[in-house]
Amino acid sequence: MHVVVVTKNTPDTEATITVDANGGVNWGDKMVVNPWDEYSITEAVLLKGAHNVKTTVVTVGTEQHAEALKHGLAIGIDQAIRIWDPALEGDDSLVYARAVTAAIKKLGDVSLIIFGKEFSDSASDAHIYQVARLLGWTMLGFVAKIDAVDFAGGTIRVQRLTEQGTQTVSSKLPAVISVVKDINEPKYPTFIGIRKAAKADIPVWSAADLGVDLGSGKVKVERYQELPKRVGQVELIEGATAQDKAGALVDKLIEEKVL
Amino acid sequence: MSGVWVWIEQADGQPLSASLEALGLARALAGNDPVTALVFGQSVDGVAQAAIQSGADAVIKADDPTLALVRFEPYIALLAKLVAEQQPAVVLAAATLDGRELMAGAAADVDAGVLTDVTELALDGDTLRALRPVTGGKVLRVETIQDSGPKFATLRARAFKALEPDASRTGTITEVAPVLAEDAVSTKVESVEQHAGGVSLTDASIVVSAGRGVGGADGFDPVRKLADVLHGALGASRAAVDAGWIPYEHQVGQTGKTVSPDLYIAIGISGAIQHQAGMRTAKVIVAINKDPDAPIFKLARYGIVGDLFEIVPALTEAFRKRLN
Repeated sequence: MHVVVVTKNTPDTEATITVDANGGVNWGDKMVVNPWDEYSITEAVLLKGAHNVKTTVVTVGTEQHAEALKHGLAIGIDQAIRIWDPALEGDDSLVYARAVTAAIKKLGDVSLIIFGKEFSDSASDAHIYQVARLLGWTMLGFVAKIDAVDFAGGTIRVQRLTEQGTQTVSSKLPAVISVVKDINEPKYPTFIGIRKAAKADIPVWSAADLGVDLGSGKVKVERYQELPKRVGQVELIEGATAQDKAGALVDKLIEEKVL
Repeated sequence: MSGVWVWIEQADGQPLSASLEALGLARALAGNDPVTALVFGQSVDGVAQAAIQSGADAVIKADDPTLALVRFEPYIALLAKLVAEQQPAVVLAAATLDGRELMAGAAADVDAGVLTDVTELALDGDTLRALRPVTGGKVLRVETIQDSGPKFATLRARAFKALEPDASRTGTITEVAPVLAEDAVSTKVESVEQHAGGVSLTDASIVVSAGRGVGGADGFDPVRKLADVLHGALGASRAAVDAGWIPYEHQVGQTGKTVSPDLYIAIGISGAIQHQAGMRTAKVIVAINKDPDAPIFKLARYGIVGDLFEIVPALTEAFRKRLN
């Protein structure tokens, strides 16, 4: 029985991101583990603590994504695997999902795959649902709590967020889940964990190792562009009293037809 | 076959406004080709009629207890089968939690591309071209799918305009049967808990959010009153959620929800980059904060520097007087 978490590195939230004249992008120097994956990786470690399961952290990406794997190892995941192949250049979710799916099949005994809600850089989560679909497993998206999981019996019950509220859903395993922030308090690496992770041997699997034809992606990234600039500076509303300020603001908003 | 399809999501027998916005865009993309609404669920005749009034020429309706609630497997099995058989040029849905799952999942089934959470979309021959915010809305990215087969996209709520409903519009309704029987579905929804009142954050045209500056759970009381007067949704910063003052479902920002309202009122929120990621596409931002150097004032159109516990009740009163 095996729990797999899939992660990647993303640009540091605080980084200044710039676009050049050709529509290329510079993400800044510092990369961090995808913020949503702090929860998914932690959840895998918590499941390992509570059940007799093996845990693996997987990334699809170049050497620079090894850091995300080391973060996983440093907080207690058993092993890490990096998948890379030139066919994975670009940013097509289905090509990505084919690679993850092949890795899951190669690992063989996976009951549960955990994703953070989305990748914060591409702001996309399509790959998550596509992994579920390619494997023929069900998907429990936006999980805020795992109520119960029985790996031997092959069942799970979760609370998932919907647009209108919360659902309690039970499902058979294997399954793919994506998790949101409510699910746990992220664990952070310990000194010993970081040392262990630094020494870990991380295999790299290519498409040939996985025995899969990744195909070519249908989605192409054409270019990046800057956000339209916000016009003008903030207008500070002055007034002698709170009532004066409030009244002046409401007048402005109504005048501008914001309301 | 050509044409543009739109999956119509519903709540309490009403189509989501974001789905009607998708129909509005579909009408523009389709040109002279038909716009088809996909209405799945149980007792959904009203939704089918609403879709026709809001721009659909045809409805494909599946009315069955297995589809009463949106579930991954039965919905995608049905959607992918219909798309594979009828080969629409484009399939759209609102970029809600369910919309994202269904479009991406069905795209995998039929080996198609999917563009997610887009804010602009154009169809030129076989090329579907999207503009979408990435990295927490810090930059925009242009993506394309060039393919003669079906192409999928999900649309950010409030980025597109719905058509004015026209009760005289007519359209054909075709009934189809579900693909999966109940015992072929892995999941069972055991219970559903609706949010207590309030307006959905993602759909809201006005969002009133509060942060650390309100000082505690009680500090949300005046903020909630302001949101109520404006019929807006209540948001919060991560700091307020982490402190346990308000549930996570209200969190706006990098690890919360992304909102694009016409008006965003940020109260006692300093405006960390993580918060900006969730709200910077708001049309007009108003900041109320006692710290004149708070980063939120760099984004805001209007600002009031002062004590929120004096300003917010005064604002509530001023809106109440002017709007009634």
